[in-house]
Amino acid sequence: MTASAYPTTWRRPPQIIKSARWRYAVQFGIAIYLALAIGTIEVDWARVAAGLERGQRFVMGFLQPDFVSRWGDISRGLIESLTMTLTSTVVGVIISVPVGIGAARNLVPRAVYLVCRGIIAVSRALQEIIIAIFLVAMFGFGPFAGFLTLSFATIGFLAKLLADDIEEIEPGQVEAVRATGASWWQVVNYAVQPQVMPRLIGLSLYRLDINFRESAVIGIVGAGGIGATLNTAIDRYEYDSAGAILLLIIGIVMIAEYGSSYLRKFLQ
Amino acid sequence: MSTPGHYSEVWRHRTPRARLLLWVGWVALVALFVWCWELMTANTIWVFVTDAPRQAADIGRRMMPPEWGYLPELMVPLWDTINIATLGTLGGVAMAVPVAFLAARNTTPSAMVLRPIALFIIVASRSINSLIWALLLVAIIGPGLLAGIVAIALRSIGFVGKLLYEAIEETDPRQVEAIEATGAGSMQVLTYGIVPQVMPAFWGISVFRWDINIRESTILGLVGAGGIGLKLNASINTLSWDEVAVILLLILGTVVVSEWVSARMRHAII
Repeated sequence: MTASAYPTTWRRPPQIIKSARWRYAVQFGIAIYLALAIGTIEVDWARVAAGLERGQRFVMGFLQPDFVSRWGDISRGLIESLTMTLTSTVVGVIISVPVGIGAARNLVPRAVYLVCRGIIAVSRALQEIIIAIFLVAMFGFGPFAGFLTLSFATIGFLAKLLADDIEEIEPGQVEAVRATGASWWQVVNYAVQPQVMPRLIGLSLYRLDINFRESAVIGIVGAGGIGATLNTAIDRYEYDSAGAILLLIIGIVMIAEYGSSYLRKFLQ
Repeated sequence: MSTPGHYSEVWRHRTPRARLLLWVGWVALVALFVWCWELMTANTIWVFVTDAPRQAADIGRRMMPPEWGYLPELMVPLWDTINIATLGTLGGVAMAVPVAFLAARNTTPSAMVLRPIALFIIVASRSINSLIWALLLVAIIGPGLLAGIVAIALRSIGFVGKLLYEAIEETDPRQVEAIEATGAGSMQVLTYGIVPQVMPAFWGISVFRWDINIRESTILGLVGAGGIGLKLNASINTLSWDEVAVILLLILGTVVVSEWVSARMRHAII
């Protein structure tokens, strides 16, 4: 055999779907889906063209934000959002700690485990915004409904992650504390809590950050906060005020993100 | 020689100073909470709040039994919703990949200029919820599926970009070095040294984001961006809670199915 029979170039073999036939089938399926899906989009290009001018005005508004002329409304919305964020995170954490402990399989009997996992599933299944719609219908407009929404959503998030974390702790420490004759409370306090505390603090700070972002949204359905102000600004085509609000949201989220990562590093 | 008598009999986890600091911290948190609570509830109408259980019972009664005859009418909006999520994810991923390569410390061409810009794109996209993107886009390009797709795509950039650039930064530098040692150009290093290492993470992140996008696209219709949310909004506005119940159950079912699909796919890939 001569050397020229060898291929002179090399191609990386496919990695995920190894069989060529399946690969073609999958590609074909994707092509059909895309054709069908793109076919259902109706685009009114005249409307898009008309909107581009508006988009340009929005970009200009973003570049030259107007903080001043609606400052009263903006600051009221921001105060509502920030207070809602803090109170709902605190209440959510307080409720989710017992629920999270109850949802850890290695600490509680099976009945309690199932009930707590059920609470978590209900809280996680529904979008914040849908919960907000219902709570606004029940409790009336304003930040109180938003506070309840965010607290409820916090329970599902935090309790699940806390429970998963407790299930993964070092069993040796629990056994050691239990061997001293400690009661269930003492086991939780001296063996479980020190192991999950840094992560609980980190998750709470992370949730604070998420709650602020969500508080900017649930105002759209009437649950108070900066979202309501933003919705009004966009509805009135005041893009410079809307740009200012969006910049404030981005700024606060960035501060919260860097602040919480710094705080987490400091606490651990 | 000192007797052990002056030692504290009970073991304590913290020194007195640390305990005091901790205590001050807790008091400050409680004070902040109370202050925020006062500020937040200043305008709350408590009559509505105390009335809430009755309202809840009323809504609950109106939701039962769900109006199942409404279900066939929801199939087209559901298909639209799934399309918004899927096409939005595709668009978002396509835009996120270059951003991620620009943002990763080990692949960025210029750490001084392009990296901060890429990081700002990621943060801006992440901090604005898809509903707000949809609100803006409906005002700009008009109501409909396109606004929803673009909103989902813009929102996905931040999520996919952030996770992907972290995956790129965590790649094994020795493999990159080995490819470099063969005399490969920078594009070849990228395709043979880095891309194979981040490929599983990339697929995992994309499928995960698709799953989240299915959830988010169900509500985009509330601001007019198409899909099943439009129907939800219409039913809520006409107070037909029995139709709302059907829509919510359908959304719940869709979310559960998409979560199952994404879990299976991620399991198969990773």
